[in-house]
Amino acid sequence: MIWVFALVMGVGVAAGVYLAMSRDLFRMVVGLSVIGAALNLLVFASGRLDSAAPPIVPTGAQVLVDAANPLPQALVLTAIVIGFALLCFSLVLVVRLMRAADTDDAHRLRAAEPRNDDDIKPPVEKV
Amino acid sequence: MLVLLPLLTALATSLACVLAAGRPRLQYFLSWAGLSALLVCAVALLFAVDDGTLRVALGNWPPPFGIEFAADRLSASMVLVAVLMGAAALGFQMSDADPASPDESLLPLVHGMLAGACGAFLTADLFNLYVWFELTLICALGLMVRRATVRDMEATLKYFALNVVGTLLLLAAVALIYALTGHLNFIAIGQAADKVAPEILLPFSSLLVVALLIKAAAFPFYAWLPASYHVLPAPLLALFAALLTKVGAYALLRVLGDVLSGSPEVLYQALGWLAVLTMVSGVLGAAYHWDMRRILAFHIVSQIGYMLLGIALASPAGSAGAMFYMWHNMVVKGGLILIAAIILRLAGHYDLRRIGGLYSARPWLAVLFLVTALAQVGIPPLSGFWGKLLLVRESFAQGQAVWGAVALGVGVLTLYSMAKIWMEAFWKPHPDPDWQPARARLAPAYVVTTILALLALGVGVYPEPFIAFAGDAARSLGGDR
Repeated sequence: MIWVFALVMGVGVAAGVYLAMSRDLFRMVVGLSVIGAALNLLVFASGRLDSAAPPIVPTGAQVLVDAANPLPQALVLTAIVIGFALLCFSLVLVVRLMRAADTDDAHRLRAAEPRNDDDIKPPVEKV
Repeated sequence: MLVLLPLLTALATSLACVLAAGRPRLQYFLSWAGLSALLVCAVALLFAVDDGTLRVALGNWPPPFGIEFAADRLSASMVLVAVLMGAAALGFQMSDADPASPDESLLPLVHGMLAGACGAFLTADLFNLYVWFELTLICALGLMVRRATVRDMEATLKYFALNVVGTLLLLAAVALIYALTGHLNFIAIGQAADKVAPEILLPFSSLLVVALLIKAAAFPFYAWLPASYHVLPAPLLALFAALLTKVGAYALLRVLGDVLSGSPEVLYQALGWLAVLTMVSGVLGAAYHWDMRRILAFHIVSQIGYMLLGIALASPAGSAGAMFYMWHNMVVKGGLILIAAIILRLAGHYDLRRIGGLYSARPWLAVLFLVTALAQVGIPPLSGFWGKLLLVRESFAQGQAVWGAVALGVGVLTLYSMAKIWMEAFWKPHPDPDWQPARARLAPAYVVTTILALLALGVGVYPEPFIAFAGDAARSLGGDR
């Protein structure tokens, strides 16, 4: 089981990094979120993966035997929610930015950096 | 319970401001009422921690199982300075000098950011720390993108993309440290990590440190800061400068000075050299620019280097220096940014080549700038001098002569940048011969910046209680296990 997780995580992070390094803004934010999804698996795997039994003490028993670790599941739920919020924000941001700037190429996004027509002196900004 | 009060007050204020959206006067009143309550809580907390660390575990689960919040001297002092800077930013917002557009999203997000910072300062749980970092990040993104111009959105995207990498690494580090130690509580992690062989602990603590270095804008991860901060209006820029990177620096101090203080020596050595490179590259970036916002943004990076230096020295004296420098820098850096906004309002531009003549037109503003700028450079008798003295003395005491020498040299280059603003904005005549200082409502701006400058002066003239407090705070780090 742990090997399947490791493999999926590795592939996920590799695909995410590949996308995140793209100049296409849309691919970039989706890539970041794919890395996030792969790392959520890491959080999940940080407990044990060897059991799927619910962590409930049976009636009459005093100790819990062979149960799944519930804490990473709670953590990963939080991480998924946060990652989802960030993905939504970034998608809206990228769509608005692509419309406003009329480009989806990261290299052509220079509005916050004024055009530099002098090699030595720093540019003068309008605002 | 007092531990949670600042956090709950800030969260409640943020929510109240959301509910009062559409009624600006009510929102404004709620914001100031909440901020006053927050200030009272922060002061009360600071007095309360004098008797020792306050702890509260939520849900009656005994630590290390429940999520724990703890306030020691370091946390409480950081909360107080953060709240003070929040008040300074919102006070400055009342003036006409480059204010943020006062629509209904401003106050909820500002208080949300304060809540995130307070949460990060007060939590004693590694995963919880990640969550507070996220709250701070999302509020910061909201504040940055509010006007939704191409310029703002582009800066926000750059800020977002590079910060999210830090966030993801932080999440991975939290998961791996949980897998290694089986704990998320700071004390429990510390106890468990002491039993782990240093060479096994090293990759785990390194990953956490790298994630926090991205958040703190250290070399070579600081590219997001100068790419985005200059689009912010002045009060928000001051708030960002005072809170965001400092939360990262605080978390580094907490991790390396307290939780994982048994990390291998090589990690502290690497951090020391990164601190040196952060100082130098930040100050050189500032020397190139002529736009005051960009100069000051690069100086934020440079000053982070000093805090990292204190953390890398890994001794009570080094940690005390880092803490003193953090308090000093939050106040002075915020003050400088706000003074730059007054200069903008009077002289008409942030670019130093297009302004001038302010020394004859507004001599008191010149004095105000000089006091704050020299405090940042570290000239006695101002607060920066003592911060640098503590750090440089400890560097030489530990035999790290290069680190100490670079810290002193960067001070000279900082003086160069400050002298550039002084010469260009104040001494030289205004390039437009018909220029008259603009008439504007600047009284709140003067009040806020004067208070900040007086703080720098007061701490500089009478540093003893502050240095003693930092020393006590540093000695109590890591003392609970």
